[in-house]
Amino acid sequence: MFDTYDVIVVGAGHAGCEAAHAAAEMGSRVLLCTMNMNTIAQMSCNPAMGGVAKGQIIREIDALGGKSGIISDKSMIQFRMLNRSKGPAMWSPRTQNDRMRFAEDWRLTLENTPNVDFWQEMVNGLIIKNGEVKGVRTGLGLEIPGRSVVLTNGTFLNGIIHIGEKQFGGGRTGESAAKGITEQLIKVGFESGRMKTGTPPRVDGRSLDYSKMEIQFGDERPGKFSYSNETKPLEQQKNCWITYTNKSVHETLETGFDRSPMFNGRIQGLGPRYCPSIEDKINRFAERDRHQIFVEPEGWNTVEIYVNGFSTSLPEDVQLKALRKIEGFENAKMFRPGYAIEYDFFQPTQLKATLETKLIKNLFFAGQINGTTGYEEAASQGLMAGINAHQNTRDKSPFILNRSDAYIGVLIDDLINKGTEEPYRMFTSRAEFRLLLRQDNADLRLTPLGNSIGLAHESRVMKVKKKEEETSKIIELLDQIKLDPEYANPYLMSLETAPIKEKTILSKLVKRPNFGIKNLIQISPELEKALSALSIDAQEQAEIQIKYESYITKEKQMADKINHLEGYRIPQSFNYEIVKALSAEGKQKLNKIRPETLGQASRISGVSPADLSILTVYLGK
Amino acid sequence: MSFILQDKEDTIVALATPQGVGAIAVIRLSGPKAISIANEVFKGKNLELQPSHTVHFGTIKDGDRIIDEVLASLFKAPKSFTKEDVVEISTHGSSYIVNQVIKLLIRKGARPAKPGEFTQRAFLNGQFDLAQAEAVADLINADSEASHQAALNQMRGGFSGEITSLRERLIHFASMIELELDFTEEDVEFASREDLRELVEKLLRVVEQLISSFDLGNVIKNGVPTVIAGKPNAGKSTLLNALLNEEKAIVSEIAGTTRDFIEDEINIGGMIFRFIDTAGLRETTDTIEAMGVSRTQEKMKTASLILYLFDLGDTDMVEISRDINKLENLGVPFLKVANKMDKSNHLLINSLKEKHPDTIFISAGQKKNLDLLKDKILELVNLDKFKTGNTVVTNIRHYDALTQTRESLLDVLRGIDEEITNDFLAMDIRRALHFLGEITGEITTDDLLANIFSKFCIGK
Repeated sequence: MFDTYDVIVVGAGHAGCEAAHAAAEMGSRVLLCTMNMNTIAQMSCNPAMGGVAKGQIIREIDALGGKSGIISDKSMIQFRMLNRSKGPAMWSPRTQNDRMRFAEDWRLTLENTPNVDFWQEMVNGLIIKNGEVKGVRTGLGLEIPGRSVVLTNGTFLNGIIHIGEKQFGGGRTGESAAKGITEQLIKVGFESGRMKTGTPPRVDGRSLDYSKMEIQFGDERPGKFSYSNETKPLEQQKNCWITYTNKSVHETLETGFDRSPMFNGRIQGLGPRYCPSIEDKINRFAERDRHQIFVEPEGWNTVEIYVNGFSTSLPEDVQLKALRKIEGFENAKMFRPGYAIEYDFFQPTQLKATLETKLIKNLFFAGQINGTTGYEEAASQGLMAGINAHQNTRDKSPFILNRSDAYIGVLIDDLINKGTEEPYRMFTSRAEFRLLLRQDNADLRLTPLGNSIGLAHESRVMKVKKKEEETSKIIELLDQIKLDPEYANPYLMSLETAPIKEKTILSKLVKRPNFGIKNLIQISPELEKALSALSIDAQEQAEIQIKYESYITKEKQMADKINHLEGYRIPQSFNYEIVKALSAEGKQKLNKIRPETLGQASRISGVSPADLSILTVYLGK
Repeated sequence: MSFILQDKEDTIVALATPQGVGAIAVIRLSGPKAISIANEVFKGKNLELQPSHTVHFGTIKDGDRIIDEVLASLFKAPKSFTKEDVVEISTHGSSYIVNQVIKLLIRKGARPAKPGEFTQRAFLNGQFDLAQAEAVADLINADSEASHQAALNQMRGGFSGEITSLRERLIHFASMIELELDFTEEDVEFASREDLRELVEKLLRVVEQLISSFDLGNVIKNGVPTVIAGKPNAGKSTLLNALLNEEKAIVSEIAGTTRDFIEDEINIGGMIFRFIDTAGLRETTDTIEAMGVSRTQEKMKTASLILYLFDLGDTDMVEISRDINKLENLGVPFLKVANKMDKSNHLLINSLKEKHPDTIFISAGQKKNLDLLKDKILELVNLDKFKTGNTVVTNIRHYDALTQTRESLLDVLRGIDEEITNDFLAMDIRRALHFLGEITGEITTDDLLANIFSKFCIGK
């Protein structure tokens, strides 16, 4: 019934969609299997993309040729650049999205991608022969042959939903769980674990009193994710609101604690520390008498509201009672209660840097199945798995990003070397070279790479080249044009920045705090004229490169210094047992992960610095 | 890639005591065949049948020829320095005997050890960590009591402890910063810049302290650089010899490989003094005024102590005052030592006592008042501060790492002054952590995040 596909993707969430699109775009014949074609690319949790560190990831996906950036742009209802008051590496784009449009745009995108076929059915097994995956098996008993398989099952593997004392199987509310795959994988030798995540209740926006809340506007001059010309910034935006819990909310919630699956031990999976449920927050931080609640609309044309910060699995009656004690929520009507969900994941230390499993050839894992949380984390893994599945079936070299290349590199390197005990979310602090991994330069960093593997279009590379050229041109201009004190000083003093004593080149002034190109064009008609033909992106890039030159240089040196450990290769046949001095834990971890370089070994948790120096000596530096 | 794995099966041999003169010399064998090789040449008890940690008297014979009467000490794996089988053979301290024995052992299957190979094996076999391994090297080279103590202290991990607590505080600082960066949307109070500054300043003080201890550590390890300055006939050599004989210390004339001058090391009261013989002073007939040779000037400046020696029978007050003035300008602690006290006129002595009451009167030739001189020397270098058991940095690698840590912390302070944003501050803090990590261990971002999650309510 089926021809052999190059890549079969199981699951059509953020990871699955990116995987299917990337592989097909590169030329693979792709089959996307989903249990329900009406729920492709659901935003199962909050209707937003990006944020600190995550916004950078979306920019990286876009720069490589993935679609999450473009689809977020097309479906956004609000845009904010977070952390504007901090340095450029911290600037993080975030959009509020129309949930329905987001899903629709993904579906349209995939339907318009040649080489992507769809199949609606539950996949409950893999065809594995001689340590190699050969296709999937469906609920109807069909066998679909494939040369590689990407599993992106999200929270569906043996998913169990908890609301108060009730519990039932399901991958999302109203959707059934997937069975069979975990059991089969354990049989062939995989190690699985349980994780937990949660989501807050949704309420009817018409029942809220916004006058009692703080308004949160979008940016005055909104930006967007994609570097391409395919999308435009918003002209009109929707607002969000902020309100707070209070003591009486907390007391009400506490009345349900004895029926909480979190506290009575029914939930065993480990939840994320940074995305705690409201009951967890109250319990752990008893001294706080209020917590922030973000009130987020779910789209342009819906009254549904997402109560961000109120994730809970308490009984639904307690949820509603407590909600109504929140300022502005006195008459709130609930659409659906919050819930907690437990699901299977596989320790990602069982993966190679390509996201291919070490055990089964041509089998890839991406997204929550690897213990991560977040749309952005999932999407980026899907993209990398899709790319590498394609590369594998064509016998092309693997596509791997380093920690100093991209957040995506940090993400995958962390996962495969350290594994994770709780749902893994990206933070900027996880990246040791975050000053290099900025949202403003993801295109410069990654688009040429994305193009080299046949994913990012030629037109994008041209755009990057143009940006680079213009940036150098602007830097040159700023180094050449000099300002006359007499002419410039009145303006400088009006800004309360020090006057200049002699003729000064513009680039010197750019380095001043709270001062930049936008100020310089006020006092240098020459610059203003020259810049009029050059893009805003290039201007911003030039300003960042000049302003933070010393820091960026320092960071690059540091990256080089640390990257040199990557040059020490460890033979794959290396016998750690004979190295008596290694700590027991270090030995065990090294044996399990079998790092390819000393650099990789250095990042495995449990491998101590002493272990590393012993290895260094052993390998004869 | 050069694996040293196959080498590990070798039995290695080398002289374990310093090359050169000594009453006894110790030759160490380490490796799987240490005992059987030693047993082949040792005539006495059968070493292969003896328990660990025993000493045996016997002779080393090459065929019928007796090379020496020796003591053989047995240390069986893993209870030895290298955690391998070790035999230590104590012979008489003649380089001829030592060479004969080592050659014989090599003929019987041992391999000459490479420099540092015993320590390397000890390290590879898990005897100690890197910092400790470095301390062992120092311990072996420890010539004085103070140096020995510093090395011992380091081996016991005093230094590591200090650095670890420093890192913990830095990690806390870093997580305060990261909190504001990664959780900007959160409703938590961020650290104030003033608090941050206070913390950095505190850390800087600790780092500074460790850094300045390096100079101290260096002195402990390498000796107090000392110069005897004075006219050629003032009696410098006589004084040097007098001090040497008095202590009956081993005088080593080391023609340093990187130095082009001669040094004498003298142990005074448990402290090594390295007498730098400034060529300019020994050869020129000029007074201190004329020590124009810039090299000599440099040497005198780098000295920690100068003994200004003058001949009471051959110097007048004007000359002395002028020299003292010069020395004061140099800024190096110095002692005024009047030699040949027996040959002087009372007038000069009295006027000296009046103008420079701290002058020490000695007679190097007759060994008079040498104890007094030594007391004064020890007083001046303030030996007490060497003995307080404080953490002392003696390792150049640690010193470098600490200096770079300091630079990074200073960058943090500068950043706070210039009101740069936290992401840049964080970078300098991370650099500081990285450099500290070069001494003990790497910091992982997990530490930072764990710190944040345990202390703040984070998340929507």
